[in-house]
Amino acid sequence: MLRALFAVAVVALAGLCSGCGDSKGGSVSVVGSNSIHLFAEMLAEEYNRSNPGVHVTVQAGGSTAGIQAVLSGVADIGMSSRSLKPEEAARLSVVTIARDGIAIIVHPSNKVTGLTHGQLRGIYEGKTTNWRDVGGEDGPIRPITREEGSGTRATFEEMVMGQARIAASAITQEASGTIREMVENDPGAIGYLSVGLVGTKAKAIAVDGVAPSHENVQSGKYPLARPFYFVLKGRPGEAAQRFIDFVLSPPAQQMLEKEGLVRVK
Amino acid sequence: MRREKLIAVALAALALTAVSGLAVITAFIFKEGFPLMVKVGFKEFIFSSEWYPREGHFGIFPMIVGSLAVTAGAMAIGVVFGVGVAVLLTQFCPPRLVAILKPAIELLAGIPSVVYGFMGVVVLVPFIREHLGGSGFSVLAASIVLGIMVLPTVISISVDALQAVPRPYYEGSIALGATEWQTTHMVMVRAARSGIIAAVILGMGRAIGETMAVIMVAGNTIALPTSPLSAVRTLTSNIALEMGYAAGDHRAALFATGVILFLVIMVLNTAALALSRRRAKGAR
Amino acid sequence: MRRIGPAHTQRLAVGFMWTLAALTIGVLLFIIAFILWKGLPHLSWGFLSESPRSMGREGGIFPMLVATLYVAGLGVLIAAPIGLGTAIYLTEYKREGRLTAVIRFGADCLAGIPSIIFGLFGFVFFVITLGMGLSVLSGALTLALMVLPTIIRTSEEAIRAVPRAYRDVSFGLGSTRWQMVTRVVLRTALPGITTGIVLAVGRSISETAAVMLTAGSALGLPRSLFDSCRTLSLHFYILSREGLSMTNAYATASILIIVILAINLLAYWLMRRFAARVR
Repeated sequence: MLRALFAVAVVALAGLCSGCGDSKGGSVSVVGSNSIHLFAEMLAEEYNRSNPGVHVTVQAGGSTAGIQAVLSGVADIGMSSRSLKPEEAARLSVVTIARDGIAIIVHPSNKVTGLTHGQLRGIYEGKTTNWRDVGGEDGPIRPITREEGSGTRATFEEMVMGQARIAASAITQEASGTIREMVENDPGAIGYLSVGLVGTKAKAIAVDGVAPSHENVQSGKYPLARPFYFVLKGRPGEAAQRFIDFVLSPPAQQMLEKEGLVRVK
Repeated sequence: MRREKLIAVALAALALTAVSGLAVITAFIFKEGFPLMVKVGFKEFIFSSEWYPREGHFGIFPMIVGSLAVTAGAMAIGVVFGVGVAVLLTQFCPPRLVAILKPAIELLAGIPSVVYGFMGVVVLVPFIREHLGGSGFSVLAASIVLGIMVLPTVISISVDALQAVPRPYYEGSIALGATEWQTTHMVMVRAARSGIIAAVILGMGRAIGETMAVIMVAGNTIALPTSPLSAVRTLTSNIALEMGYAAGDHRAALFATGVILFLVIMVLNTAALALSRRRAKGAR
Repeated sequence: MRRIGPAHTQRLAVGFMWTLAALTIGVLLFIIAFILWKGLPHLSWGFLSESPRSMGREGGIFPMLVATLYVAGLGVLIAAPIGLGTAIYLTEYKREGRLTAVIRFGADCLAGIPSIIFGLFGFVFFVITLGMGLSVLSGALTLALMVLPTIIRTSEEAIRAVPRAYRDVSFGLGSTRWQMVTRVVLRTALPGITTGIVLAVGRSISETAAVMLTAGSALGLPRSLFDSCRTLSLHFYILSREGLSMTNAYATASILIIVILAINLLAYWLMRRFAARVR
């Protein structure tokens, strides 16, 4: 019986190896931002379906991980929801594939409908600790943040925190989905994530008086807007370039718009 | 005879592969992590509470406290439930039930940690938030989840230890008029003491090493925990959260955390080994 | 003060321990029942044979099943012969001494090292330094290293448990060392060895963090050793964290639990079968 098992294993392995040769030809590896990867996955699915010769794979890891992956050659295309740092920009180039807003979400029962920049910073710094102080009902504020490598966090820090650090006591989650879920279930929680991922239960509040509606993000009125980038090292390969062209084409941009992003073409 | 020689060489080659593979890992971790600890300074690395990698601050003290707190909580559950169930299985449980309970407990060991973490998020965290306060993501939540996860380890090794106690000990005690319970806690557990402690130590090792379940229920703050209801980040969670994007010194700091974990496990294993040796000697 | 008699104390103590046991089993049953109750209704043949669509909100998990088979299967396939061979060599071919004690201690330590450290090593060494990228191969090699110490340890324990007399009798009858090892020692130690390997398989299937950083998390079917892929437990993790489809998450978890149950049953059956053969 062991012999039979062994034989099966060898055959399966051989099957895997037979693809060894031709895999590198038409494959594009896209790695990076947690916020972008869901949308990119959707596009890749569509692209793979209409282009059977090519194999585009998308994986998450965070914006910084994506940038690292492109730098080290592990990925063909990186996804970043933050702008490149000077040392990164020196060796990499970017293509904007969409625009997105960062929504600030609170529990549906939270009375607060909007916050100013300053109030938001105070909350995330840990200085403002009660909802009462920003126009809500008495209760502790529990800020939730993304992990350090997140492009969403980097953009949030750049636009809202400035030089101030996010409080050490802020709860850290490594995915937007869990932030949304936490906020949906905890009346005291507040979090930030991509406008396209807000969902139907959590309440996205206005920032500096501007609501995160599609129009406001598109027109630039909503202050917390950021571009979604594809990050490249040097000239992209042929297969990669074709995928990028597809992502910038009208049908793909339409798909992104349907999901709540803002198209760039 | 030639064939025998060949086989011996082949086996030696396999052993060499294994040993070199494991040696490479150990060397790699130390090589990547140690220089950073020297660069930052051991005192700063271990005792500073400032973990801000982008600014060059690598203090893992909050994570060390986090790991210790969560492990201590887990072992509180692990010891009480683990040793209790082990005693029950070996001393007071009819064989038919043992045949059902033992595989069931082994099944507990097979459930993936992400499932445990998930159940923690769905059931435990809301419960803690509503009835005890805080966000629910806490040392307490992580301790309970980890406690359940280490039970199979503690139980099975304690059972082995208790079963290894020579039968005459038990019979002698009963013959002298003691009840089964008196015999159990005054004789059997006492005799199996080293093995049970070894079981607890190995359970501790497992608790310290758990990553996914803890990330899901502990909250992952970089602040020092102040109460069982505080959110916390452990050493392993820190590595898992940041290794995807860490580079340069930051990555080296994660390897350095690995060095610390390595040393801790080594100490625990040495202790467990010494204890089981003592048990083997004592049983003579 | 009236003292509680020993018989009464015993009843209290035993009652307490039964409560502990009931709670323990209760938790196990609760977890399994909860997941299966929420996930089984959504399981279908289609779910198992289709690929995921639309960010995992629809479709099935076929590529994940294949990915798990490849990554975990290959990992154990690499680790088992090396681990077993090492165990045999250490116990039967090498004289007991400092070296064997050091190797044994090293294997014991590495068996206890958190799996995330193997993940970190695999990510830096296999994925980046050796240039294998996020791939089935990187994942399998990392998993192989992770379960190797455990296989060495459990195999060694099983082999050492074989009574010395068996070996002496075999030699007395004129067998070579290898004949003795295969026909006597391994036959007798087979239950323990198999348990160790099955445990390794179970651990490989459950492993998430290390796999995420070495095999990646691509949704497609892996077509070669160098393609990235997503294993079952990683898919469950991602689905539950992204919150896009809880029904699919529960269904995936149900499959995971069923697979683990099946493996445990297989281990149990194999052990009894081999133990019976030894009689």
